[in-house]
Amino acid sequence: MALPAIHLQEVTRRFGATTAVDKLSLTVEAGEIFGFLGHNGAGKTTTIRLLNGVLAADGGVIRVLGLDPGTQGSQVRARSGVLTETPSLDERLTAVDNLTYYADLYGVPPGQVRGRTAAVLERFELADRAGEKVGGYSKGMKQRLALARAFLHEPEILFLDEPTAGLDPVAAQEVGRMIRHLSRDEGRTVFLCTHNLVEAQRLCDRVAVMERGRLAAVGTPRALAREIGAEMRYTLEVAADQRETARREIALLPAVKYVETADAELTLTLSDREAAPEVLARLLAAKVRVYALTPHESSLEDIYMALHRQGQERGMQ
Amino acid sequence: MNWRAVRTIIRKDLKVVRQTRAVLIPLIIVPVLVLVLLPGVGGALLATADPDSEAIRDFRRESAAFFDHLPAPISERLAQYDDEVQRITYILFNLFFPPMVLLLPTMVANVIAADSFAGEKERKTLEALLYAPTTDRELYLAKLIGPWLAGVAVGWLGYLAFAVVITLTTLSFMGGIFVLDATWLLLIFWVVPAASGLGLGAMVLVSSRVSTFQEAYQLGGVVVLPILLLLFGQLGGVVYFSPLLALAVGAVLWALALGLMGYGAGSFKRGALIARL
Repeated sequence: MALPAIHLQEVTRRFGATTAVDKLSLTVEAGEIFGFLGHNGAGKTTTIRLLNGVLAADGGVIRVLGLDPGTQGSQVRARSGVLTETPSLDERLTAVDNLTYYADLYGVPPGQVRGRTAAVLERFELADRAGEKVGGYSKGMKQRLALARAFLHEPEILFLDEPTAGLDPVAAQEVGRMIRHLSRDEGRTVFLCTHNLVEAQRLCDRVAVMERGRLAAVGTPRALAREIGAEMRYTLEVAADQRETARREIALLPAVKYVETADAELTLTLSDREAAPEVLARLLAAKVRVYALTPHESSLEDIYMALHRQGQERGMQ
Repeated sequence: MNWRAVRTIIRKDLKVVRQTRAVLIPLIIVPVLVLVLLPGVGGALLATADPDSEAIRDFRRESAAFFDHLPAPISERLAQYDDEVQRITYILFNLFFPPMVLLLPTMVANVIAADSFAGEKERKTLEALLYAPTTDRELYLAKLIGPWLAGVAVGWLGYLAFAVVITLTTLSFMGGIFVLDATWLLLIFWVVPAASGLGLGAMVLVSSRVSTFQEAYQLGGVVVLPILLLLFGQLGGVVYFSPLLALAVGAVLWALALGLMGYGAGSFKRGALIARL
């Protein structure tokens, strides 16, 4: 069985009285695109730092490509590429100088530095301005250059913190295509931190949602929807003259959270899937002619918001 | 030890300094002013001075206490000269300029280290560097070597320029090179590297507590105080540079520099650095 790319077991990291990462356990398989979601301060960046041996954990076990970042940090970093939240480029140097610097730091063979640098600049459409100082670049160009730097030494794992932030839709789509290519065609593992849930849903094989340093959920977006009961929005189509009756009857059920009227349909929000048969039984008992009760496929955004609400409710208790 | 990474960081830090006017200009102006223009003008003026003039006689009379209390080796050396202009020239360039030569490596290492340590934080380029496959030790070493080498190089080149300018401007009446002896050699090869280390060590200490180049530059500047004390000590006739004093000054500066660098190594940890970003 292939070694997982990332394995965390009960990992904890504290900063004074604040627990940034709290008993985090998860596994990322090699070649997977793994989405790591959460609000600001949820512990995403701290996790990336722990995985690269830039920060030491207070407890738990971390393995990246079978290595312990705590004691073999430089070996882990040699095999990983990181796009940090800010581009972290030297704006007084040109794009070529920035990339050459990191190619040398990451041990790209000297004979290949020039070729690799030119290739990534071409790939990220920066070749025509490669000789300009980065200080004159737009935000999107800096982001592309920082991405180019992360790809430069052809790492086995890529840690991408908001890779499409600041990019226009076309460039963002191109980055998404590239991430898929890196995973599907080249077998590289991608650990993707993002607030862009549409992007995460489109790209990720699995996602983990962090809430205040804790893992709130992990799985494929579809499995998560089932697991947390987020598939709870339904469209109800009934006879036009019975819409108000239906609305009144349904509203009496405790499992029905909201009922909205939209055009000729009713939109229901149920507390869980088990409420759907109850709704139908109630309507049939009231002799309402039901034409359709259609579940909505939950988006990652629905799941994320549901998890966030649950987290907040737990926090208030 | 990943020497390629160490060399890469040094090269890049020095390249950035060469391309940054705010850092480069003081690094050029101060040495040129202190070790070329100032001694050049002084040498040229002395070359045209009449040993029997009123001004020279007045100066010698007013400085009688200073000249009369010089240590024996210096007095013996002065006795070999024929006139007062030669003696004043010898004293001026051999007693008052060595602290200036020491000032430069201290300042240069200090400024470059400020840019390299605090500047990296200020420009937000440190985070990507911390993700590079180097150990903390390699990173720290690379950050030390660059400014230290630059300080030593400027100290040596500064002395060379100073010696050339002085020799050329005073050759007509001094008859040869008079700013090269055992004391100078010790200063150049023992004290200048130590002074560069001191400038660097002070900045390592300061930069862990500040977040901008300017703050680091201003706070780190106090490191030139011991060198200025040496200068005033010579002016006041309290201390005189001799081979023994050069050895002792070098030893004290090395001890201070290594102590500061050792202390800095303890706090130069990725985790601590990234937590402060």
